[in-house]
Amino acid sequence: MSCQVRPLWPPFVAGIVLGLVLLLTFVLVGNGMGSSGAFARVATEIGLQVAPEATRENAYLGGMAQGNPLAAWIVVAAVGTLIGAILASVSSGRFRVKVDRGSGRIGAFPRLLLALGGGILAGFGSRLAAGCTSGVGLSNTAMLGVAGFVFLITFFIVGIAVSMLMRRVW
Amino acid sequence: MDYGTAGTALATGILFGFVLEQAGFGSPCKLTAQFRLTDWSVFKVMFSAIIVAAVGILLLQVNNTFGAQGFYVSEMYLWGTVLGAVLIGAGFAIGGYCPGTSVVGLGSGRIDGLIFMLGMVVGVWAFAGVYDTSFIQTVVNTAYVSAKTVPELFGVSPWLVIVAMVLMLIAGFAVGRALERRTQGVYTAEDITEGHAPDQPDDLSRDLGREATAENRSD
Repeated sequence: MSCQVRPLWPPFVAGIVLGLVLLLTFVLVGNGMGSSGAFARVATEIGLQVAPEATRENAYLGGMAQGNPLAAWIVVAAVGTLIGAILASVSSGRFRVKVDRGSGRIGAFPRLLLALGGGILAGFGSRLAAGCTSGVGLSNTAMLGVAGFVFLITFFIVGIAVSMLMRRVW
Repeated sequence: MDYGTAGTALATGILFGFVLEQAGFGSPCKLTAQFRLTDWSVFKVMFSAIIVAAVGILLLQVNNTFGAQGFYVSEMYLWGTVLGAVLIGAGFAIGGYCPGTSVVGLGSGRIDGLIFMLGMVVGVWAFAGVYDTSFIQTVVNTAYVSAKTVPELFGVSPWLVIVAMVLMLIAGFAVGRALERRTQGVYTAEDITEGHAPDQPDDLSRDLGREATAENRSD
């Protein structure tokens, strides 16, 4: 196996290819690519295993527990996303098992706590927006959707503002 | 779910993850550098992808290849979208990922990507726990915007919107390039793999790398 780290694709090239992948998804599936829906489905499944009654009675998870074909589709797509990322990073010599501590100014444990906290915010937010950067930011905007533009503008402004408080980390 | 649906889901998912990793989007450093305005890859990749897909979708609709029904466009409740984007933007700056890129992070070996994914499951449970409250019900059910698309909202041609987006992309490229040059902040593949900051190359490992290269040559 080669240890050489291959360069990243230039942003413009990656953007064009990503656009074609998105277009292919629309053509084959009828809607764009999503990610956060898979986590809602997984959260529902875990709920059904651990506390089936409470999950079925829950006003939000109960609907999903009855089965939604799109939700099942999106879980398989997320598994595919994981496989695709593994293929790309391994074939390019970029696969490293590690806790990515950014600039290394914080320890591994604080970094994982921040990742957990960020994930909780994103998971909660994705249910409010009925999607995330993939489903709303990328796919809905490609359809010139109002939600996509509103999402991206808000997302970037808040991201820039909050990242000013996070300079120590990265 | 039939095999055809599962197959297309798996195939498009694999392509999606492959391209995102090749763009460097498994790295929380590179991703959050967009918000520090030192590495504009996220803007460049996302915006050019959106424009390519939007042009393709419009061309397909002109030829009516896929029937009058067209592709799926979700509805929007303004406050849900805005508040959701606030939390996802904050979660991105704090945790280093968004939902899709955390999967790419895990796929390149990052344990923090997996923890972000666990956090999202917890976030969904938290949302389900408060879903019945009047606050959440108000946020997700009011301020419905009946116009689904921007051309519909402003009563303009979709091509005009595309032209405006191309101009924004060009402006973003210009501003981004100027800031990237000033800060020397673009993360390379080596930076994100070995954990260097782009403006502070690790001299020791660089020398080691040079030695390794020399050794390879002598072999």
